[in-house]
Amino acid sequence: MPANSFNGFTDYGVGIGLRVPHYRHILTRKPVVDWFEIISENFMVDGGRPLEVLDQILEQYRVVQHGVSLYFGSADELNREQLKKLKRLVRRTKTPWLSDHLCWGSVDGRYTHDLLPVPYTLAAAKHAARKIREARDFLEVPLAIENISSYAEFRASTMTEWEFLTEVVERADCGILLDVNNIYVSSQNHSFDPFTYLDRIPAHRVAQIHIAGHTRYDRYILDTHDHPVIPPVWRLYTHATSRTGRTATLLEWDANIPSFEEVHREALKARQFMGELVEGAAGSNPSSC
Amino acid sequence: MSAPAPNSSPRVSRRQPTPKAPDARTVASLSRLQLLVASATMRELNEDFEMRPRWTDGRSMRARASRFIKPNDRLTAFERLEIYNRQYWFRLLESFHEDFPGLRAVLGQERFVRLAVAYLSAHPSTSFTLRNLGRHLVRFLETQPSHTAFNPRLVLDLARLEWAHIEAFDNAAEPPVTADALLDANPAELRLRLQPHVTLLHLAYPLDDFLIALRHVEDSRAETSNAVAAQQSRRGIHPVRSPKPQPVWLATHRHRNCVHYKRLTVAQFQLLDALRQGLPLAEACELVLRDCFRTKPEHLRRWFGDWALLGWFWLPKE
Repeated sequence: MPANSFNGFTDYGVGIGLRVPHYRHILTRKPVVDWFEIISENFMVDGGRPLEVLDQILEQYRVVQHGVSLYFGSADELNREQLKKLKRLVRRTKTPWLSDHLCWGSVDGRYTHDLLPVPYTLAAAKHAARKIREARDFLEVPLAIENISSYAEFRASTMTEWEFLTEVVERADCGILLDVNNIYVSSQNHSFDPFTYLDRIPAHRVAQIHIAGHTRYDRYILDTHDHPVIPPVWRLYTHATSRTGRTATLLEWDANIPSFEEVHREALKARQFMGELVEGAAGSNPSSC
Repeated sequence: MSAPAPNSSPRVSRRQPTPKAPDARTVASLSRLQLLVASATMRELNEDFEMRPRWTDGRSMRARASRFIKPNDRLTAFERLEIYNRQYWFRLLESFHEDFPGLRAVLGQERFVRLAVAYLSAHPSTSFTLRNLGRHLVRFLETQPSHTAFNPRLVLDLARLEWAHIEAFDNAAEPPVTADALLDANPAELRLRLQPHVTLLHLAYPLDDFLIALRHVEDSRAETSNAVAAQQSRRGIHPVRSPKPQPVWLATHRHRNCVHYKRLTVAQFQLLDALRQGLPLAEACELVLRDCFRTKPEHLRRWFGDWALLGWFWLPKE
C-alpha cells in the first residue's frame, strides 16, 4: 500500500523533521532527502526568516505539515483564527496531507502546550471526530491523526487506547499517523502489549509512520525524541509495516540534535526494514484488517 | 519556583470527602474533567519543583488525583499527574528563558524564575503558539513593582527591548513605500505607517549593546566547551556586565530577515514617533523642525531616504 487517500495518494519514502540546527547544512549542501516534515506552528507567522527558510526548502524538497496544537480532544471548539493561519500555510506548502495529535491541551482558552491524553469515552471520541471533520473540511486537505505517548490513564476511560483511536478515525473517516515509538512508550507506561495495539487498528488508514527515540527512567519512559530508535521500536515498525505495506516514514529528533548526517542515517535505517518487509509481506493483504 | 503560600488557600476538614471526578461521558463532563486536569498541571510547583501536596481547597492532592487518574504498579496517581505538572513548567520556563535571555542575565536565575512563575501564573498562555508567551510581560512588570525592585527602569527597558526583538523577528512586512512615491505625495495629507516589525524605544540604558554582547557570549559558549559553560553557570558568573545608565533612542526592525537595533537621534525618534501616532507627514516634520532647532529640512530628506531604503514605511490600500 504505497499510497492511499489519507496521504493524498503519495509515496514519500523516508523523511526527517526540519529543525533549526540543520538549516544551514540543508540550504548550502542540498542533501538528497525524500521529504521533510515541518512543525506547522513554527511557520504560522506573518513574516521573517522562518518563512524565507521555508520557501527555500519548498523550492527543492517535498514538505509535509505536522501540527501540535489543534487539540482535537479538547472539549473546546476549534480556534477559527488558528485554522485560518494554518490554511494559509497549507496553501504555501501544498502539503499532500496534514497531521496532528489525538490529544487535548487547551481548555477555556488557556493553552498548556502539551499533548495530554484524552479519557477514552464514546462522547470524547464523537467530539474529537466531529472536530477532525470540521478541520478537514475547512483546510481542504487529508488529515492523519497521531496517537500520543502518555504517562497517565483516566479512571473515566471505558475503552482501550487502540479502540478509542479506531473509533475516532472511523467516525471522522480520516487517516492515522502511526507513531510506533509512542505505542512502545505508552505500552511500557501502562503495561499493555504493543503488538495487540498494532493488530487492532485499521491498517488501511495509516497515512504515515513516526519513529523516534525516548528516555527510560526507573519507573516510566518519557517521549523525549533525543536518542536513536531502539531495537524494540524497530521491531514494532517491522510489524506495523507488515500490516500497512510501505508507508511514508519520518524520524523525529527534537532535543540534543546531532548532525544532519547522523539524523538522516538513523532515519534511513527504516528503508532496510521496509525493504525486507515489503518483500516478506508481498502475499499479504493489508486491507484485510 | 516561588515559595508556597501556606496560608493562602482555604483549609477544609480532612474528613470532608473529595468530590467525585467528572466521568467524561458527555462533552460538558469532558470539559469539567479537562478543567480539573489543566488546573492541576498548570498549578505552581513547590520550591523543590514538585507537585504541591495540597489542592487549592486544602484537600490532599493525592486523594484528589486518585479520583480521576489510575495508579499503576510503579506510580501513584499523584506521581503520574506530577509528570505533566513538571513538564508544563519546564516547557514554559525554557521558552521564557529563550525569549528573555537579557532579563535572566540581569536578574540572575533565582529572581528570573520567580518572575517567570509569577507572570505565567497571572498570564497563562492564551495562544496556540509559545511565540506569544511574553506579550503581557511589560504590562505585568509595570503593575508588579516587586519584580522590578532590583532596578525598575533597567528591568522594564530590557523586557521592552526583548519583546520588540520577538516582534521584529517575525511580524509582518507590508509592501514598502518607495522614495519616489514619497516625492509624488502631498505631505499635508500623507499618513505614513511604520512597518509592523518596527518598534521605537526610548531606553535609559544602552541595552542594544548589552544584548548584542550577551548573544555573542552565548553563541561562543555554544561553540566551546560545555564544561566551561556549566562551570560558569554553577558559579552564577555572567561575563557580560549590566550596563551603566545612558539614554538611548532606538528602532528595532528587520532587514533582509535579520533583526537589527538602529540608534536614532532624539529628533529622528520624535519624527518617527509622530508618524507612528498618525500625524500627516508635513505636520510631523514641522513639529520636529520647531522642537529640535538643529534639525534642518535637508536632514529630514536624508533621513527619509535612509528609512525608505530600509523599507520602514507603508501605506494601507485605499
